[in-house]
This record gives sequence, structure tokens and C-alpha cells, in this order.
Amino acid sequence: MAVTDRRCAAVALLILLVVTGTARTATLPEDKVDAFYHRYEGGGMTIDGPSVLVRKGMGNQVSVSGQYYVDSVSAASVDVMATASPYTEERTEYTLGADYLEGNSILSLSYTNSTENDYEANTLYLGISQEFFGNMTTVSIGYARGWDTVMEVGNDSFEAEADRQNYQLGVSQVLTPNSVMGLDLEVVTDEGFLENPYRQNRYIDPSDPTNYLYQPERYPETRTSVSAAVSGRYYLPWRASVRGRYRYFSDSWGIDAHTVEMGYVHTLGTNWTLEGGVRYYTQEQADFYSDLYDFGNSQTHLARDKEMSTFSGLTFSAGVEYQWQRIPVPGIDRLQLGLLVDYLDFSYDNFRDVTASGDYLPGQEPLYGFDAWVTRASILFEY
Amino acid sequence: MTTRLLARLPLCILPAVLLLAGCSAPEPWVKPYQRANLADPVMLDSRKGKAGEYIQHVYGARESARGAQGSSGGGCGCN
Repeated sequence: MAVTDRRCAAVALLILLVVTGTARTATLPEDKVDAFYHRYEGGGMTIDGPSVLVRKGMGNQVSVSGQYYVDSVSAASVDVMATASPYTEERTEYTLGADYLEGNSILSLSYTNSTENDYEANTLYLGISQEFFGNMTTVSIGYARGWDTVMEVGNDSFEAEADRQNYQLGVSQVLTPNSVMGLDLEVVTDEGFLENPYRQNRYIDPSDPTNYLYQPERYPETRTSVSAAVSGRYYLPWRASVRGRYRYFSDSWGIDAHTVEMGYVHTLGTNWTLEGGVRYYTQEQADFYSDLYDFGNSQTHLARDKEMSTFSGLTFSAGVEYQWQRIPVPGIDRLQLGLLVDYLDFSYDNFRDVTASGDYLPGQEPLYGFDAWVTRASILFEY
Repeated sequence: MTTRLLARLPLCILPAVLLLAGCSAPEPWVKPYQRANLADPVMLDSRKGKAGEYIQHVYGARESARGAQGSSGGGCGCN
């Protein structure tokens, strides 16, 4: 009954929004070139590469964009070193998108193709955003469909499929002349081959000199997750802002997660913007996860991915941007340079480091943890 | 479940209709000319462009939680 009451309230709110909605034209994004170099380094992994996005309006109602993005991966993580050798690979991603403006609505369509030597992902996204209530309320609805093909280097006969669907709902509400809040809800469903063909899990085997052996991981073939987030942002009188966000996540594999973020943005004069933030993430393990199974094939689903374990992560972030509003370069309206740096620290509660030096009994190895730096240097200009 | 929901739909619509009939709809209380601060780039994550969105890709490859970020995409590159 409580669920029905909430549904009634939601329907009533929706009707209220539709009936009281008043029109004022929304706006399309500016014409721009948005390029950055990214680098991730930590936990035995180095991932870097460029990204370039170009956006151009076509008339008053259409804006199109194209993005090129690369991840160059050099991998020697604890997962790789436990059962394999370091490797390098490259992922290339292309996105084409179009936005159509009609009154106070924006319809968005995009297609993304991501290619690696052993993985291909195609994603189609359709979204609509509409302003209501004197433009104090913006409701966004999105749907994405993904078709992935999983392959395995060294095993040409292996090829599997994984499909994904995302259902998104977002509401942004102006509260006062200085504050705005947001609500986001997303349901994701996956179906198909959802594990990693390279990763393995371990089980106790006294007959082996190490007292344990490895076996391929085996995930369920379906997964459904729900996430809900609430966020707020407040403008401070010295031209600065504070923000906060909380997200709850739960999925059909038994994983529950909480994310809390806070940030502060500060300006110096008209050209400089500084920012800092902190983020805390924690999750409970998947029902079928184990760092060390009692024996081989001891249950239907088997996973030892550290991403399925119980762990927490803390991030500290900082950034600086410098912008020229009216630069003396023909055809360019605004130029912005940016540098963003994040420090990430992950601590695992039940994932052990089998690569640790020393003579440990199975299940007695030290718990794993790692830190990483994420850096992005960007240049953005509007024309 | 769907049938039960449809059966209760009049119960859902009725409060909304009564609300709209019994009192005037609330007026937007923040006028367009009062929104300069809300439109300031310090209030928008989009001021950082695609570089700002990138960090969600980093988290997506290392954490099980996903969604409710207001963005979409595909691929992994996360071994």
C-alpha cells in the first residue's frame, strides 16, 4: 500500500508538472571544440590518450557533434600479475550525436562505437529534456541500448554477446535564486556474457604446492541494477559555489553501494576558477563473490574480481581553469584552459593480494589496496 | 502488478484533479531575471567540458555501482 501511495504521488506530481508547465525556449549547446589529454596511473595500470569533440549548430534548431576518444592501456595490475603477464592494448571510441530544439524541449540522439582488439561495444542513446513551471523544473528522460561483443586474444573460436539497456529519469528543480537541486534515477539491465574471459578465481587444493588452484570465473547471465541520486548546489555571494551529492545503488547480484560527494568552486577575478572536492564510495560484495573458494566448482556462480568484493574508495580532487572571454582571435568567442587532478585511494576488505612477497597460507595474504592519480589537461574554445 | 496499478489509477488521478480544481496552481517563485547566479558557470559542471565527465569512466571501470550520473556511453578498457 505504501508503494501504491508513492506511485499515486508520483503520478499526481507528473500531472501537475504537465498542466502547470509554461513555455520558454530552451537553448542548444554552444558551437565549440573541446579537447583534452587524460592520464590514469596507479595499481599497476597506466591509461592515457586524447579526446576531441567538435560541436556545430545547423540553423536555429539543430546541433550536431562528433567525438574521438582513445584509451592506451599498459596493464600490470594485481589481477593480471596473479595469473597472466603484463600487456598493452588500445581502445578507440567514436560518438556521433545530434540535438534538436523544439520550443522548450531538446531531443538528443547519439551513437557510440568502442573498439578494442578483444571487445566491441555499440551504444544508441535517445533522450528528451523538457522545461516546466516557468523553467524552474527540468525533466529529462533517457534510454540507451548497448550491444557488446566479447572476444578473447589467443582463442579465435571464442565470441560472446552482451546486451545492455539503460532507463534514465532526471529532475532538476530551482529552489531559490541561489540554489538548485536534482534527483536522478536509473535502471540498467544486462543480459549475456557478463564476466571477463581472462579473469579467474581460486579455490583450495592441498595437492598443489601453493595449496590453491585457479578456475575460470562464471557470472550470472543477467543483471539488473537501480541507482538513485539526490544533489544540491548553492551559490555563494563572493561568486563561488558549494555542491553535495548522495547516490544509492543496489543490484540483483546483491551489491549495495553508497556514494557521497562534496565540492567547492571559487573564482579569482574574471579569468580564474579554482575547485576542490572529496568523494567517498563504499560497497558490499556480490552474493557469489569469494576471495578463496573451499573447493573447485563449489557453487554455480564464481567471481574473484576485486570490483565484486567489499571495499571503499576515497577521492580528493582539485582543478584550475583560466578563460579569455573576448580574445583577439577572429572567429573565437571564448577560450578556456583547464587542469584537473584526482587522487584515488581504494581499500579492499576481502580481496587479498596473492602477489605479495612472503610465505603466506591461502587466505592469509595481506588485504589489497592501491592508489592512483588521474590527470586531465584540457583546451576548450567556442566559435 | 500492472493490473493492480491500472485499477488504482483513478485513485492516483483524483488527488491531482482535486488539487488543481480546489486551488490555483503555484506560481513560479524564482523569476527569470533572478536566475543570473544559477546560470553562472561556477554552478555548472558542464563548464569543465568532456574532461569533467571523464572521471565517471574511471569510476565505472573500478566500482560496481553505475548509473544516475546523467550520461551514457559504452566500452570498457578496464582490465
